[in-house]
Amino acid sequence: MLGKLTIDALPFYSGIAMGGALIVVLGVLGVVALVTWLGQWRYLWTEWLTSLDHKKIGIMYVTLALLMLVRGFIDAMMMRTQQAVALNSDGYLPPGHFDQIFTSHATIMVFFVAIPFLVGLFNVVVPQQIGARRVAFPFMNSVCLWMTTAGAALVMISLVIGNFSTAGWNAYPPYSEAQFSPDVGVDYWIWAILLSAVGSMLTGINFLVTIVKRRAPGMRLMMMPLFTWATLCTNILMVFAFPALIVTAALLGLDRYLGMHFFTEGDGGNAMNYVSLFWIWGHPDVYILILPAFGVYSEVVATFSGRRIFGYESLVYSTVAITVLSLVVWLHHFLTMGAGADVNAFFGSAAPLIAIPTAVTIFDWLFTMYRGRVQFTVPMLFTLGFIVTFIIGGMTGALLAVVPVDIHNTTFLVAHFHNLLIPGALFGYFAGYQYWFPKAFGFKLEEKWGRRAFWAWIVGFCLAFIPLSIVGLMGMPQRLNRYYDASWQPYLIVAECGALFILCGIIFLAVQLAASIRNRAALAVSTGDPWDARTLEWATASPPAAYNFAVVPHVHGIDPWWAMKQAGAAANRPARFHDIIMPGNSSAGAALGAMSFVFAFAMVWQIWWLAAVGALGMFAAVLSQTFRDHAEHRIPASEVEAIESRRILAAPLISGVPT
Amino acid sequence: MAAPPRLSKMPTSPHRRQSTIKGYLVGAVLALVLTAIPFGLVATRTLRPIQILVVIGIAGTTQAVVHLRYFLHLDLKPSSQNKLIALCFAAVVLFILFGGTLWIMFNLNYRKM
Amino acid sequence: MTDAVVTAGHGDETAAETAERAIDEKTYGFWIYLMSDAIIFALLFATFVVMSHNNADGSDRHTLFRLPHTFAETMLLLASSTTLGCSGAAMAAGQRWRTLIWLGVTFLLGLGFVTMEISEFYRMAAAGAGPWRNGFLSAFFTLVGTHAIHVSAGLVWIVLLGCEVTLRGLNPFVVSRLYRFGLFWHFLVIVWIGIFSVVYLPEIL
Repeated sequence: MLGKLTIDALPFYSGIAMGGALIVVLGVLGVVALVTWLGQWRYLWTEWLTSLDHKKIGIMYVTLALLMLVRGFIDAMMMRTQQAVALNSDGYLPPGHFDQIFTSHATIMVFFVAIPFLVGLFNVVVPQQIGARRVAFPFMNSVCLWMTTAGAALVMISLVIGNFSTAGWNAYPPYSEAQFSPDVGVDYWIWAILLSAVGSMLTGINFLVTIVKRRAPGMRLMMMPLFTWATLCTNILMVFAFPALIVTAALLGLDRYLGMHFFTEGDGGNAMNYVSLFWIWGHPDVYILILPAFGVYSEVVATFSGRRIFGYESLVYSTVAITVLSLVVWLHHFLTMGAGADVNAFFGSAAPLIAIPTAVTIFDWLFTMYRGRVQFTVPMLFTLGFIVTFIIGGMTGALLAVVPVDIHNTTFLVAHFHNLLIPGALFGYFAGYQYWFPKAFGFKLEEKWGRRAFWAWIVGFCLAFIPLSIVGLMGMPQRLNRYYDASWQPYLIVAECGALFILCGIIFLAVQLAASIRNRAALAVSTGDPWDARTLEWATASPPAAYNFAVVPHVHGIDPWWAMKQAGAAANRPARFHDIIMPGNSSAGAALGAMSFVFAFAMVWQIWWLAAVGALGMFAAVLSQTFRDHAEHRIPASEVEAIESRRILAAPLISGVPT
Repeated sequence: MAAPPRLSKMPTSPHRRQSTIKGYLVGAVLALVLTAIPFGLVATRTLRPIQILVVIGIAGTTQAVVHLRYFLHLDLKPSSQNKLIALCFAAVVLFILFGGTLWIMFNLNYRKM
Repeated sequence: MTDAVVTAGHGDETAAETAERAIDEKTYGFWIYLMSDAIIFALLFATFVVMSHNNADGSDRHTLFRLPHTFAETMLLLASSTTLGCSGAAMAAGQRWRTLIWLGVTFLLGLGFVTMEISEFYRMAAAGAGPWRNGFLSAFFTLVGTHAIHVSAGLVWIVLLGCEVTLRGLNPFVVSRLYRFGLFWHFLVIVWIGIFSVVYLPEIL
């Protein structure tokens, strides 16, 4: 009746597990209680949960990312603490817990923090940057959001019911096979991955088509803003890389559920094929994570140097080169797994080639700043922090590309990839969050706490990961829950301090948000363009109307908003307004997400009747939408005019084609 | 299927319909021939195995192109350009992933022996 | 080279313009989806080739497949491609009932294909050569089975489209859906060409 689900699935076997479960349960109940007490269910439903507005979907994505960042960070804090104390002792975390934690930490950070964060930025920014009113597939956009949320929910519920995987975020077989991981942990991982992967792949299709098909008239490809270029390349990678992850997780699932032999230890299984398949996705994935950050840095550097970006074409070509190169080098993630010298040599030397377009990119940013009037705003601080630390991360990568060196799978590797992910990707997303927050909400984020957050993060990062590099060079392997070499401990204690600094960084970001909301009247941006920026998204109101642009502008070159301001056209009111057709709301996206959660949960616990209900529910949700051909609503010209006149200053209005 | 629908045009002329059916029939005949050849060779084994494998490969690739041209209407006109670019990029990626996987895995297998 | 459609400055947005644009985008988006599906199949193909000798218990690989059976399946699919093409021609000529008839024939041919596929799987499994036996068979059943699942989804899609054509006639949205279905179906036939070229013929050889 309930498959494998029994009362034993509840976490009463351990105090730590109970603590984790309690936090999740209280958290969910707390949110439900708060919304009920404020009487905001109807508002939440009509304005957010059923919205197909890309801007709102983007905000929800970023919200998901920030919430999951807290959960992922708690995992990190627990690991650092364990490693700081577990010299010649068992520490406080039993090995089973520790293994679940390092697995869930990485899984959450990659799939439910980084990807939602960057997709959220795409959603809020890109349609406005290209002069579009909506994305190509608004309903699919909503589906992707809710499927990703379902995946995150699945990981969270594993804290309460059952347990998560102990097989690492890459779930290598044969350990992840049913023979060695018989419990539901790896199954939770598989289904969370599948939900996230399908959502990401469909997002890739959505933004690819949006950018190719919905640019403003006159905007050629080589006039697109660099964040849009980064988005286009990232989405190409999402479309072509995520199928590999879907295949990888599905084949592992077939082994576990149907007793097949893709990766088993005997009967013709080939575990090495798993590793290859996983990294066929895995390497492009790290570029999926970093390219949007590079896009943010390009925008931020140009705006806060007060200059046009240096070397626009070289930046475009570098981005494209990085995209293409990232598809060809996946073996460097398993250089020590026994391939021949020729194979290793090819992949080992192709991988560092990525340094060339990356260097071009960084030099372009530096040349932009040179002779510019640099303002050290919070986004710019994150950018500068990135430039300094990322180069070090890249160099440690060059060291790791040497196959025979003895630092593979040590904490040196851990420090290397965190170097690229935290100051590289995460700082980029933070910079984007700070930079575009006023666009989304109409008021800036408070500078003082933003600065404090930046310094806490960068000091924390250095304190946490430089010791890990050192101790990795001394031979400490990754994923160790206890150790016996006393010379490692001082470094691990320093790393723990670094984690505490990062904790402060997270707290400061939360304080910044709270303080900014409280002071929003003082921080309001009346012109819609608080940074005197250059690209089209700053031409709309802040926050924008649902349709973004009352009149779609005609674009003549790079930095069209800057050109409009120089020509004095920014202040013009259009001669007349026209009706605008926009997509209506739909509950089918949220319904599909909810049903996908039910389906995945049921599959984890092998409750087949519930899985059938979930699958049918998903099918029904899709069906309800596919034949709905007239799901838009028309905003009459009079209403458009009323909305536009309510904008406080005339400055943000653009003139379109003269009528 | 016919070309992507255009709202403004009402395609009723029998001449247009005829030329579309002709395209499908040509494609069908070509596909039939390109199927019969490899199947026939395997059934009768008139060539050496390695040669038959080469013919299978060529016939299969050619038939795929026939399908793309006659059934999927993928030609060199501007209206097909976006799809053609996507297909070419996908083909390159397929080649890299398929070829790379085989290279890596057979190299590993060889070294395990 | 911008595909952007000139908007608003020229007047109220009409429903027709919105519809035409949506159809164009959906066609392109569906094509991109097919490219991603091609990647999935390519990786399943690669896995099959890598595991083509992994019949660990030494069970016989070469007598598993029957040439006439595979040939018949191929003929069914090729015929269905042609009948779907005829359906498309009828659709272009605005002939609702002819379109439905050809769609129906396509459905039957596709159903025949899936039936033959299931019977082959059943025969192999009953003889002990199921996907749980060894790596080679796992790879075979998954590759060919994934294709069969796609075809089955296509059959469900035909039924839904048939209902829609019956109820709503050949309006532009229905026509565009039929077009996208055609892309899907022909793509699956191309994948089948790959399957008999890479799986069946070399194994029988």
